[in-house]
Amino acid sequence: MKNKFSLFIIITVLSFCFVIFYKGLNNPNIYAPKIKDKKNIPIFEAKDFNSSAYLKSEKIFEEDVFYIVNIWASWCVPCRIEHPLLMELSKNQSVKLIGLNYRDNINNAKKFINEFGNPYSQIIVDNEGTLSVEFGAYGVPETFIIDKNKKIIRKFIGPINKEIVEEIKLIIK
Amino acid sequence: MKILKIFIILFLSIGFSHLKSDEKNDALKSKILKNIRCLICQGQSVYDSESEFAFSIKLIVDRKIEEGLKEEQIYQFLREKYGDWVIYNPQLNKNTYVLWLLPLLLFLFGGAIIYKKTISKNNKI
Amino acid sequence: MLANQIGYYSLILGLLLSVLLCGVSIKDLNSNNKQINPNVLSLSFLQLVFVIVSFLSLILSFINSDFSNETVFNNSHTTKPLFYKISGTWGNHEGSLLLWLLVLTLFIFLFLIKSKEQPKKYRILTLLFQQIIIIGFFLFVLMTSNPFNYLFPIPNEGLGLNPILQDPALAIHPPILYLGYVGTSIIFSSSLAAVTQNYISKEWGQHIKKWVLISWIFLTIGIMLGSIWAYYELGWGGFWFWDPVENVSLMPWLTLTALLHCILVLERKATLTSWVVILSITTFTLSMCGTFLVRSGILNSVHTFANDPARGIFILIFLFILITLSLGIFFFFHKENNKDSNNFFWLSRETSILINNWFMMYFLSVVLIGTVYPIFLDVISSEKISVGPPFYQKLIAPFLIPFLLFMSVGPRLKWIKSKIENKKSLIITFIISVMLTFFIVKNLTTDLLFYTILISAAFFLFFTTLKELFIKKFNNISQTVAHFGFSLLILSILFNNILSSEIITNIKIGEKYNYEKSEIFFKKIEERKESNFNSIIAYFEIKDEKGKIIELNPEIRIYDQPVIITSEADIKTTLLEDKFLVMNLVKGNEYFNIRYQVKPFMIWIWISILLLSLGGSMSLFQKRYEK
Repeated sequence: MKNKFSLFIIITVLSFCFVIFYKGLNNPNIYAPKIKDKKNIPIFEAKDFNSSAYLKSEKIFEEDVFYIVNIWASWCVPCRIEHPLLMELSKNQSVKLIGLNYRDNINNAKKFINEFGNPYSQIIVDNEGTLSVEFGAYGVPETFIIDKNKKIIRKFIGPINKEIVEEIKLIIK
Repeated sequence: MKILKIFIILFLSIGFSHLKSDEKNDALKSKILKNIRCLICQGQSVYDSESEFAFSIKLIVDRKIEEGLKEEQIYQFLREKYGDWVIYNPQLNKNTYVLWLLPLLLFLFGGAIIYKKTISKNNKI
Repeated sequence: MLANQIGYYSLILGLLLSVLLCGVSIKDLNSNNKQINPNVLSLSFLQLVFVIVSFLSLILSFINSDFSNETVFNNSHTTKPLFYKISGTWGNHEGSLLLWLLVLTLFIFLFLIKSKEQPKKYRILTLLFQQIIIIGFFLFVLMTSNPFNYLFPIPNEGLGLNPILQDPALAIHPPILYLGYVGTSIIFSSSLAAVTQNYISKEWGQHIKKWVLISWIFLTIGIMLGSIWAYYELGWGGFWFWDPVENVSLMPWLTLTALLHCILVLERKATLTSWVVILSITTFTLSMCGTFLVRSGILNSVHTFANDPARGIFILIFLFILITLSLGIFFFFHKENNKDSNNFFWLSRETSILINNWFMMYFLSVVLIGTVYPIFLDVISSEKISVGPPFYQKLIAPFLIPFLLFMSVGPRLKWIKSKIENKKSLIITFIISVMLTFFIVKNLTTDLLFYTILISAAFFLFFTTLKELFIKKFNNISQTVAHFGFSLLILSILFNNILSSEIITNIKIGEKYNYEKSEIFFKKIEERKESNFNSIIAYFEIKDEKGKIIELNPEIRIYDQPVIITSEADIKTTLLEDKFLVMNLVKGNEYFNIRYQVKPFMIWIWISILLLSLGGSMSLFQKRYEK
């Protein structure tokens, strides 16, 4: 009897482990945190790209529109690929794009903007990458959607593509 | 024997640290950085990594220490931004009770088996 | 290329031989001959030959930089030095599987040769069980991980081997590790065979002991080589990070050590028989499990192997077939022994071995749960957590204290029933350990209480074993040496932890950096070109508190294929301490970031692991069993 009981336990445990590992294999391994609770945008002060003046976050996000925060850099290759899509989004009236220039050389960044166009209503500089950490980003490019309540509602890691643009357009209607 | 014990207790209670405050900060910073996962590396801590992300995190931890934040507060800050995954020391919350307690339960279970095998057979020998 | 064809067809022939071997052995099983059919031995040898030929063909393709072979293309480059072209053969997923097959077939052949006085049916069944594993691996290789895939058109150049893998320690680490790791397959197969024959007895224990020892020794040294590589290559001065791949090699080691201790009981009389079988099955299962975790991409780790979920599914299913089969056989065939022989007094050698197993299983559960729990949590609740060094340290370190104490007392107990002899000397040794520890540690750390207790326990083991070596009690010298090695290991790790110091700073060429005891002077840099990389060599002079100057030359290497920048630390090792200097570029700056560490007793960590293995080897060559 004792043997049969322990056998039963072992079979159950093993089947359970098998199922878990099987499912685990099919899970993607890249950590893309879903936004569970909508977080407030961080409060910060950042240097403006063009004027080198310091701007407060409340001032940057003061208008009653949707905001898209896009982290980019001139040395980032996928940023160039997503850039035309950002230009397209910038034409939309209900949203303003804020660019966050990440760990970049200011001259190279200006060349980038001159060459590829400026979709941003404002660009702030993050030389040390610490501002991106405040947003919970870990690299370039990353894009955040901020709603009218000043909460971060969506986050995209990596360059945006056409499907993501459609999704954004639906959100900002 | 008793005097020995008293001496030992006295010595233990005098234990003090020779580290200066700078070294203390450095040691604290290293300890914290070793506990943070570098999110764009494969399985390295921020302490071991030279990546951009690690660089930014190191700066932030520096600033937070200067601001006077304690170790646990810094971890909490990072957890809010990145989720539990970013810290190597798993917290004790509803997700991790099993993680922390299961080995201990197994230890007790093993002890029980050994007890049964040896002590209760004691009668025969 | 011809080598490709030969390699591939050798594998197919090897697989066919497996099937043939199974047929011939089953027939021999039912025959009445007292001796094993000699064809069985020849066929097994032939199978080994085919695997060797296949392995050599792959090596040849690597040496010739034959890029028509996909594996060579992915992992090699014409400018690589010859030594690393060869070791690149097993530094990748497909090649390392050939290494698996090599050890599997080699060990079964050696087993057959060295077991001539064992019962015939037992030997044949061992062969059969091993062939099941071998067939599984042949299928795995041929179906999902063929090392001999053709590429057309033939590329001119390969993608190269990751430069951090181009290191002598890492070149020999896989073969040695696999001899241990894969060698546990023989223990698995033979214990299953023995169970079906009701042969788990004293004689079987004596016979299997050398196989357990051989696996254990190679596994210990293999793990040590991996740590040495991490220490010298990965540039941060650590040697163990509780990374999943490291844990995966440690787990079979823990069960193998437990099994080794149980065999010490088994070779005297048939006690703990079910537990021995369970441990044998578990050890190899953990090896297979480890292979699964590391090669399927399910875990996130520094050690990159080509990750492919399809391969993962194959291994997973294979693993569960093996588990089901082995447990089925155990439950069906195993007969519980005569109850009488399971009696022993609570204070006896048998009990201390049980306690050893108890702690080993606990450590195993910590490592196993820590490694796989994130997977379970992720699948069940989509939450991702990390389990890193703090978890393992917190759960293992406190338990080391009683463990070390038991290790000191246990071996002194007699079999079946014992008293603790020489209680007075034990207590005196204990007090000396505590006081010595206290005076050493008191000024060094803030974690005073914990470290004092742990180091005292280690010193206690150290002194008790040292004393046995000195008063020339040579009855159990292998065990004394091994336990002494273990105490030395714990002491070295703990003192290294407490006494290590580190300085991180940015420094320019020509600058001097002062800190309390000494001075670091960044003299100059030199640039040099090697066959497959450019290097920047820095010349540092470090003056210590006594005014003695040493030179350290860390390097930054820029490899060209693939383009990777690595930092090579310069380490000066003495018996007393290691001085460790590593340098990194700071982006967009003329500054270099340096990390200078002084790490006392590093070399004693490696020496103590060698002592541990030495103890094992001595047991291998001892004629009679432990008293």
